[in-house]
Amino acid sequence: MTRLLFALVLALTTAVSFAPSASAELKVLVEGPGNFKPTPLAIPDLEVRGTNSDLARQIVEVVRADLESTGLFEMQNPASFIQKDLSIDVQPRFADWKIIKTDGLVVGAFEELPDGKIAVSFRMWDVYAGEVMRINGQPGRRLTTTPDNWRRIAHKIADSIYTRLTGEDPYFDTRIVYIAETGPKLNRVKRLAIMDSDGANQQYLTPGTNTVLTPRFSPSAQEITYMSYEGGRPRVYLFNIETGRQELLGNFPGMTFAPRFSRDGESVLMTQAEHGNSDLYIMNLQTRQSRRLTDHPAIDTSPSMSPDGRSVVFTSDRGGSPQLYVMNTDGSPRTCPSGGRDVACRITFNKGQYSTPVWSPRGDLVAFTKQLGGKFYIGVIGTDGTGERLLTEAYLDEGPDWSPNGRVIVYFRESRPGAGPQLWSVDLSGRNERRLQTQTEASDPAWSPLLQ
Amino acid sequence: MQSYLKISAAAAVLITLGACASKPVPVEEPAAPVEVVDTTPAPAPVVEEPTAPVVQGPAPGSLEDFRVNVGERVYFDLNEYRIDPQDQAVLKLQAAWLSSYPAVRILVAGNCDERGTREYNLALGERRASVVKDYLVSLGVDPSRVDTISYGKERPIAAGSDEASWAMNRNGFTQIVSGTNS
Repeated sequence: MTRLLFALVLALTTAVSFAPSASAELKVLVEGPGNFKPTPLAIPDLEVRGTNSDLARQIVEVVRADLESTGLFEMQNPASFIQKDLSIDVQPRFADWKIIKTDGLVVGAFEELPDGKIAVSFRMWDVYAGEVMRINGQPGRRLTTTPDNWRRIAHKIADSIYTRLTGEDPYFDTRIVYIAETGPKLNRVKRLAIMDSDGANQQYLTPGTNTVLTPRFSPSAQEITYMSYEGGRPRVYLFNIETGRQELLGNFPGMTFAPRFSRDGESVLMTQAEHGNSDLYIMNLQTRQSRRLTDHPAIDTSPSMSPDGRSVVFTSDRGGSPQLYVMNTDGSPRTCPSGGRDVACRITFNKGQYSTPVWSPRGDLVAFTKQLGGKFYIGVIGTDGTGERLLTEAYLDEGPDWSPNGRVIVYFRESRPGAGPQLWSVDLSGRNERRLQTQTEASDPAWSPLLQ
Repeated sequence: MQSYLKISAAAAVLITLGACASKPVPVEEPAAPVEVVDTTPAPAPVVEEPTAPVVQGPAPGSLEDFRVNVGERVYFDLNEYRIDPQDQAVLKLQAAWLSSYPAVRILVAGNCDERGTREYNLALGERRASVVKDYLVSLGVDPSRVDTISYGKERPIAAGSDEASWAMNRNGFTQIVSGTNS
C-alpha cells in the first residue's frame, strides 16, 4: 500500500518577518453558545510552482471541505477575494481581508519536486491581529508526498488548521471502517468496507460470502476486530487490513460477538454466549489468554473500556431491560454513583432502553444508543450517569463510535421505516449532523485512530 | 404460524378443487339500464368426486413433512424469550417428530425484530435459541442432536417495518440439518 510509504516532512519555511501583536488571538470555540456562528475562513487556491494546477486545486478543495464539515468554519467564497497577488513569502494586505470579514486566512504554495514528489507549504494568518499564527512554534508547514497520496496532504493541512484554531486534537487524516450492505432485506449481503474519513477511497475488504458485523479499529490502525459467520459459526476475528488475513480470536465453545479493542490495543473485549447466557470476556492479544469479566444470568454485552484501562462500560438487562453499567476491569466492587457498592453500577436511570455504550477517547463521556417510544437516539452521558444529552433522533439511529479526538460521533441511521441504513456523523454539540456518502447502504461504522 | 399454515393448506385444497370443477365461476353483470331477459339456462354446477387424493402429502420424515405437518418456527413476544402454550404445542410436535426420526439433527436459530440494537439482539437471539433447545431436550430430544445459533436481527423473514412483520421476525427456527429421508 502506497500510504505506508507516505513520508511527512515538516520544515520551517523561508523566513519572513512577522511583527508581534498585542491583539487577542483568533480562537474557535468548539462548544459555542446557542447563538453560535461559524468562523469565516479564507483559503485561496494554492500558488502553483510547476504544471499540475489541477492537483493543486483538488488539494485545496479537500482542505476546505474537511474544515467546512466541522460546522465550525464558514469558507469564504473565492470570488469575493480582493487581494489576488498573494504569495506565501509575503505578508498579505490585511485590510483587503478585513473588508470581506475574514477572520483567518490560509496562504499556500504547491510545488512539483525533481524526484517526482509533490510539496505543499502553507501559512495561517490572523487577519484582525495582523500576524502569522505559528503551528508548533513554526511560522508555517511544508508537507511532501508522492502525487497519488495527495489526499493525505490535504487532510493533514486541514488537521493543522483545525487544531491550531480550536485547540482540539486532529481527526481528518483517519479512516472509517463499516459494513457495506447490498441486496434485498430478506437476503442481505454484508461486506467489510473501508474509506477515508471524508468518504474517499472506498474499498471492500471481504467478498460478502459470510455475513460480517460490528468492525472496530485497533488503536494501531492496521487491524480490525469484527464478528463473522464464517463456516456458519458466529465468532470474533482479527482482520489485518494490509494483508487481508483474518484470524479467529480465542477458542470459546459458544458464539463470540461484540468485540472492541482496549484503548492500548493490547486486548480485545468481547461477549461469549454459552447455554443462552451472554457474559463479558477480555483476551490479551499477546498471550491469547482470556479472562471472564462478568458471570451473571442476565445478558451482558457490548463492553467498552475506559482510556485508563481501569473500567468497562457495558449493556446488561439484569435490571429487567437493557441499561448501561460500569464495572472495574479487575472485577473488584466499586462505589456506585447511585449509592452502595457493587461489582457493576448502573448509570442510566432515565426512561428508555440503553445499549451500545462506547467510552470516549477523553474518558469523560459514554456515547450510547437509546430506544424510547418508537424512536432511537444517539446520546452521551457522564461516566457517573450525570448529564445525559441526546444528540440525534430518528426511526433508527444506532451504533455510535468516536472520532479519535472525541469531538465527533459516527453512527448509522434508517431515516424512516423501510429505508436502508446510511452513515451519519454528529458533533458533540449536536448542531452539526451530516450524512457520510457511501457507495452502498452502510451500517456499523468505526473510526480509526490518526494515521501514522 | 401453525394456523397460518393450515389456512394456506385449506386454500390450496380449495384452489385444486376449483380447477377440477367445471366452470363454477359466477359472473356478476353490472346493473343494466333496461331489463334483459336471458332465456339461456345457466349451466348447473357440476361437482366431480376426485378419484385420487387431490393433494399429495409430503413424504413422512421429509423436510417438507416437518415444515408442513409439524411447524418449524415458534414466535416470541417483544423483548421476550418465554415459551408460551402455543409454542409448547409446536415444540411438542417437533419433539415427537424427532423421536420418530432419530437420525435427524437440527439447528435452532434465534431471531429478533429490527427494533433493537445489533449486539443486544445477538444475545437475545442466543437466549431464544437456547430456550427452544432446552424445551425440546425436556421433551426427551437428545441434546447432542441440537445445535443453536443466533442471527440477532440479521435474518428477517418478513420484510415490512410494521408490528406484524416484527412479530414474524421474533422467532425460534428449527432447521433440519441432516438425517432426513429426502
